[in-house]
Amino acid sequence: MIYDQARWTRGASEKRDGNGDESEGESEEGGEGHGKGSVYEPLLAEKRSREVGVASSLPDDLTRDSLELPALAEPELARHYTRLSQTNYGVETGPFPLGSCTMKYNPAFTEDLAALPDAAIHPERSAASTQGTLELRYRLQEYLARIGGMDSVTLQPPAGAAGEFTGILIARAYHEHRGERRAEVVVPESAHGTNFASAALAGYEVVELPAGEDGRVDLDALDAAVGAETAALMLTNPNTLGLFERDIEAIADVVHDAGGLLYYDGANLNALLGRARPGDMGFDVMHYNVHKTFATPHGGGGPGAGPVGVVDDLAPFLPTPQVRAVEQDRREPDGGADGSGTEGSAGSTRYERFAPAHSIGKVHGYAGNWPVLVKAYAYIARLGDAGLRDASAKAVLNANYLASRIDYEIPYGPFHHEFVASAGDRDAADVARRMLDHGVHPPTTKWPEAVPEALMTEPTEVESRATLDQLAAAFDRVAAEDDAVLDAAPERTSAARIDQTDAARNPRLSWHALDE
Amino acid sequence: MSFEIPDELGYLTTHEWARRENGTVRVGVSDFAQDELGDVVFVEFPETGEELTREAEFGVVESIKAVSDLYTPVSGTVADTNDALLDVPELVNDDPYGEGWMIEVEPADESEFEDLLSAEEYREQIE
Repeated sequence: MIYDQARWTRGASEKRDGNGDESEGESEEGGEGHGKGSVYEPLLAEKRSREVGVASSLPDDLTRDSLELPALAEPELARHYTRLSQTNYGVETGPFPLGSCTMKYNPAFTEDLAALPDAAIHPERSAASTQGTLELRYRLQEYLARIGGMDSVTLQPPAGAAGEFTGILIARAYHEHRGERRAEVVVPESAHGTNFASAALAGYEVVELPAGEDGRVDLDALDAAVGAETAALMLTNPNTLGLFERDIEAIADVVHDAGGLLYYDGANLNALLGRARPGDMGFDVMHYNVHKTFATPHGGGGPGAGPVGVVDDLAPFLPTPQVRAVEQDRREPDGGADGSGTEGSAGSTRYERFAPAHSIGKVHGYAGNWPVLVKAYAYIARLGDAGLRDASAKAVLNANYLASRIDYEIPYGPFHHEFVASAGDRDAADVARRMLDHGVHPPTTKWPEAVPEALMTEPTEVESRATLDQLAAAFDRVAAEDDAVLDAAPERTSAARIDQTDAARNPRLSWHALDE
Repeated sequence: MSFEIPDELGYLTTHEWARRENGTVRVGVSDFAQDELGDVVFVEFPETGEELTREAEFGVVESIKAVSDLYTPVSGTVADTNDALLDVPELVNDDPYGEGWMIEVEPADESEFEDLLSAEEYREQIE
């Protein structure tokens, strides 16, 4: 079956004008932003609006007398948003094999739990009256620590990149506490761009580490790059090519012998769940991408979480507050300063916030973005040890099955949860655009650069064999098509081919562009 | 595909060209470079009066494919910049040796020009 987005949305394009806002001389497509044949869903205000008077006690020079607001009935509103959702492609539309992004389906039950009234507590409430949420935090810290082989975990960083930054700040605080000022962070050239940015933002010089011919860390190059100035080496394992860094213990020795720390980027943790742990490989600090590994929604700018795990030596530097469990004596009146005597009275465990001894401070308000942490906790608890092991097995199996079914060169292997195919002499971005016409989301393109015209593909464990076959068929249909077809793609999506050059030369980056 | 490589210019291995004008040296990127870059969308260069050192970065060229540093062929002072590129960056693609020029340098040492690759040497490098 070929998924044809236009089937849902083409009707809207006929209604495009009629608002009288097309100025003379404008092109028939209604201006930039919508390619030829694209579907355009008008803004709410473009559909129908009404002038509304504004009465305000604020100074006149700060307020307007009236506002133009959309004036639509509920069904019109519902259809507007449904139509917008139909012009999108999401993980609930079809497979979404963006390599390195781990686009797992987000199970609905986690949303239900995060939406429970009991989960909606004010963060300023006393510890005694919020033992349940503190317990959940504590248990999530413990779950993540166990999964990563770390000793302590902070849930506070609000995103993966924020976790990286936090991890590097912890590393810096650790070195400074020992009276050492180290200037460099070593990052493999194929690393995620955020690694370079996190290190630089924390004030470090970034030293790029070239890869060996097999796509892994080259130990000679590592020896040359690591030294007395090395604060940390940032690695992901399996690496960006999906390859396991087999020399990881030797790598850890090189870094540790130089007095540096080994940082694990959790981007590819999905390949290891329940099977191998960064802590056991010698990593000292790591971040977890809960939106990748633990199936919480990918951001889109919304609240996320990028917990950070550390070994004992680094625990005193974690952000504040942390949550800990305190075993409580049966006879001791509990509640302490909070004055509550209702919880934990049966010789049970009490949970409390505390500030680590040499904390780097706060990296986000309160203890991070709570609802997303509830979802991650729910996912881990539902899967359990066996489920997590099963997830990583199927993630690796799915990637290898898909790779075996497509007619593309895959230069590096053996790979795990993702593979990087090459579009050869074709433009990987054109291949990707055409895959959209065949009803699937394309892989990540043109990265890593070790593979020419890279198609970095990660189907994740959630896809069935039938869906993987559908993906493989899309890959291979595109491979068999003429260049002219690829040059014109995509043709069946709600937004047709976009003029990237024009968009880059004449960027319109704010809503002010709407007034032009 | 053959690229235009004017004989009278000097080149860097990093694909910048330099042309002696009346007392100054005009600098741009080669036909090969613009082709490799693809559609150029933005060019950033120094202000007039800035001192440049041979083979150090003087600016950045951004295309839809990549962001690349630009290197200085001869040391000297920036005498002029091609501000037309700020609005019409595609001049780099359309006319790399003409209207797509980037900066003009008042050379500190004319003899540095002799160290640049000749057209023939540059052609060998890219072929």
